Amino acid sequence: MASRALGIVAFIVGVLLAAGLCVAKPEGDNPVSSIFDPRSTPADSINRLSHFVLGITGVVFLVVFSLLSYAVVKFRSRRAEAEREPAQVYGSTQIELAWTVIPILIVAVLFAATAQMIHAIQDAPEPAGAIEVTAIGHQFWWEFRYPKLGIVTANELHVPVSDPAHRTPTFLKLLSADTDHSFWVPQLAGKTDLIPNHPNETWLEPHETGLFHGECAQYCGTQHAKMLLRVYVDSPEDFKAWAHMQQQPANRDEKEAAGTHVFESTACLNCHAINGTNGTGRFGPDLTHLMSRRTIAAGAAENTPGNLRLWIQNPDAIKPGSLMPAMKLRDADLDALMLYLETLR
Amino acid sequence: MSSDAIAIQTAEAAGRPWVETLHEWVTTVDHKRLGIMYILYALFFLLIAGLEATIIRIQLMRPHNDFVSPQVFNRMFTMHGTTMIFFVAMPILFGFANYLVPLMIGARDMAFPRLNAFSFWLTAFGGFLLYFSFLGGNGLYGAGNAPDVGWWAYAPLTSRAFSPGNSSDYWTIALLVSGFGTIATAINIIATVICMRCPGMTLGRMPLFAWLNLIMAGMAILAISPLTAAQVMLAVDRYLDGHFFDTQAGGSATLWMHFFWIFGHPEVYVLVIPAFAFLSEIIPVFSRKPIFGYPVMVGATACIGFVSLSVWAHHMFTIGMNSYANSFFAITTFAVGIPTGIKIFNWLGTMWGGRIQFKTPMLFCIGFLFQFLIAGLTGIMLGTAPFNWQLSGSYFVVAHFHYVIVGGILFALFGAFYYWYPKITGRLFNETLGKLHFWLFLIGFHLTFDLMHIPGLLGMSRRIYTYEPGRGWDRLNLLVTIGAFVQGIAILVFVANLIISYFKGAKAGNDPWDAWTLEWSVSSPPPVYNFGSVPTVASRRPLWDLKHPEDPDSRYE
Repeated sequence: MASRALGIVAFIVGVLLAAGLCVAKPEGDNPVSSIFDPRSTPADSINRLSHFVLGITGVVFLVVFSLLSYAVVKFRSRRAEAEREPAQVYGSTQIELAWTVIPILIVAVLFAATAQMIHAIQDAPEPAGAIEVTAIGHQFWWEFRYPKLGIVTANELHVPVSDPAHRTPTFLKLLSADTDHSFWVPQLAGKTDLIPNHPNETWLEPHETGLFHGECAQYCGTQHAKMLLRVYVDSPEDFKAWAHMQQQPANRDEKEAAGTHVFESTACLNCHAINGTNGTGRFGPDLTHLMSRRTIAAGAAENTPGNLRLWIQNPDAIKPGSLMPAMKLRDADLDALMLYLETLR
Repeated sequence: MSSDAIAIQTAEAAGRPWVETLHEWVTTVDHKRLGIMYILYALFFLLIAGLEATIIRIQLMRPHNDFVSPQVFNRMFTMHGTTMIFFVAMPILFGFANYLVPLMIGARDMAFPRLNAFSFWLTAFGGFLLYFSFLGGNGLYGAGNAPDVGWWAYAPLTSRAFSPGNSSDYWTIALLVSGFGTIATAINIIATVICMRCPGMTLGRMPLFAWLNLIMAGMAILAISPLTAAQVMLAVDRYLDGHFFDTQAGGSATLWMHFFWIFGHPEVYVLVIPAFAFLSEIIPVFSRKPIFGYPVMVGATACIGFVSLSVWAHHMFTIGMNSYANSFFAITTFAVGIPTGIKIFNWLGTMWGGRIQFKTPMLFCIGFLFQFLIAGLTGIMLGTAPFNWQLSGSYFVVAHFHYVIVGGILFALFGAFYYWYPKITGRLFNETLGKLHFWLFLIGFHLTFDLMHIPGLLGMSRRIYTYEPGRGWDRLNLLVTIGAFVQGIAILVFVANLIISYFKGAKAGNDPWDAWTLEWSVSSPPPVYNFGSVPTVASRRPLWDLKHPEDPDSRYE
């Protein structure tokens, strides 16, 4: 009975783990952001440490699991001896001492490795070539400011890939405009919270270009789920080109005067800024280069004209509970505004 | 020692109006009735909070699901967490402590029976107040909302700017009220264990159950007090314009985090130490051996009690503490694993060389041992601060603490239900249904919580009401939801077993398990005064001495 039961349990656990790993395969072109697939320095240091910890805990698991299983199978009650009581043993100082001392040694080893890694990541000095970014968490989107480069953008962070000979890690200062948030891009770095009145710092040093997905990892209110985060790791040239483009003033084509007028004369400008207009609001994302971003509403939807139009008229259809109000524009005004927004590259 | 029970003076004498019976239950100060009321009350809320979990799981079954709105989803996880911790786990464990501690130490009641009743009703009203928010959360116009700030209610999400209306106040006041109830019960348990032991029962002869509940009660006082203080401060913030946690007026969000987790982490041990207490009674009886290393078990638990008061900030590794603070909380977290490991080994030592009987209570305890082992090891991973920066706030954490609370505490609780059910009701439960419950629940548990670790490793944050397809989370979440339904069915089997066996079960007799502690010396259910004449004990296993006069324990202790 007992050995069969144990076999069933082991079988179930094994099948579940195997099934889990199989179905966790990536699908489509949306990357799976596994913490065991790091592409940047703090994340790969953490990955190494986690393999070490997994190794130790794995061995402990196997030893204790085997002992428990052995005891359950070996010392099960058999019919023949059901009437007799077994030898009454009250304890053993030597054995108990052994299973106190061995865990103490394991803890010492774990602590040494952990403390060293904490120091290596948290107290890493900022090299001269570092990119500085201030990330500000808002309900429910990300504001990114590059103070040295004079760039303001939202939700999609661009950073250069770092070359070991010529390091360009990105150092982020983390602030919050309202509630607590947490900055997490699993393949690049562990998470750090954005807490009002409590500036934090983190850094990442990617060694591969690409798009990496992350999200807010601290519950921040109704739309915590759709506070997504995209980090584009660009080649140095691409990053330079992107930065140059972001530094340009907004497109101000006379043809779009009607749309500009709608933006400047409605509630849009209370929250949104467009460089070169009288809109300087900071409650919502800066729209100066809106069309250079691939998503809107903090990654909740693709940045297509249709989605943008829907977002302006009825944000709840995309992200219910977001702080963007339904603008209730007349069709003609909305058409003009859309034409204008689409020129903001 | 004496076990001649006085005649049972049943309250339910035939032909009395139900109002009178109800009145007796409401006004009772009997520790057994209060214990049963705690347990039934907690079972009621277990079903409600389980329903909330089901809603959460249906919503997450597939990406972009719209079973509930984000607002409703956020209320569901807030209410699920708050209810399960404060109105299921705590009262159910206090219920067992209430019922069993006096019986095990040979006392006729708790030290302060009226305070005991008062605590129960405070806790009970706390729970009902929390749920009244569904009606009254926005004022009294019938259009209310439950709180949606999460069960740890981080500032400044609870400030009036981000949480208008009254829903957060229901959360605050409910926890404040039940917190006073908890503190009073803890004082009562300590006083009972210290002062009410029968002649001969020195501290060194107490059943481990009494020892562990004593330590738990001490921790509960130390843990619940800061939470209660924080609730008062939050109420001051919301109603008297205090600025403790109001970041827009210079308050501190991290202050709340410290207050909450200096409660929140010891709370885990407040819940798990009574589970250890169940195991320490059940495993010896079904292994037919005394507990292995009794003094070490007591010492290790006391050690857990002390060390676990210094680990709270491992819930806060991501808030930007400096590297020294992070290192400190990492080592204290690892250190708490040492006495916990000792306990697991001592239970193993108890089974070693025994004759293990696989009755339903024992099955649940063995499940506990395997699952608590895994939960402890994922706890070590989470205590590794850099690893925690990846795991914290993800579904890995959700899987980890459900492994502790469901795989550990709830399994031990089910074991306790089946073990003491005959004593409390006087009837044997149905063993077949019990085994069915065990196997169904085991399968559902592993389907849900083994797989739930993986989306966390793949970057899935907790507390999200929906997610994008194609990030490797879809099918895992579907399987997790299926597992939740299997667990739900198992719980229904359990409830059915409780009800059917109450009416149809065979008579249990005084001592169906051939056990060794004093509660088995009296009739089932025990008489109102527990012991007709107060017993005298000479060892840790008074009934062993009685059954084996040729080889009593008292000879060796």
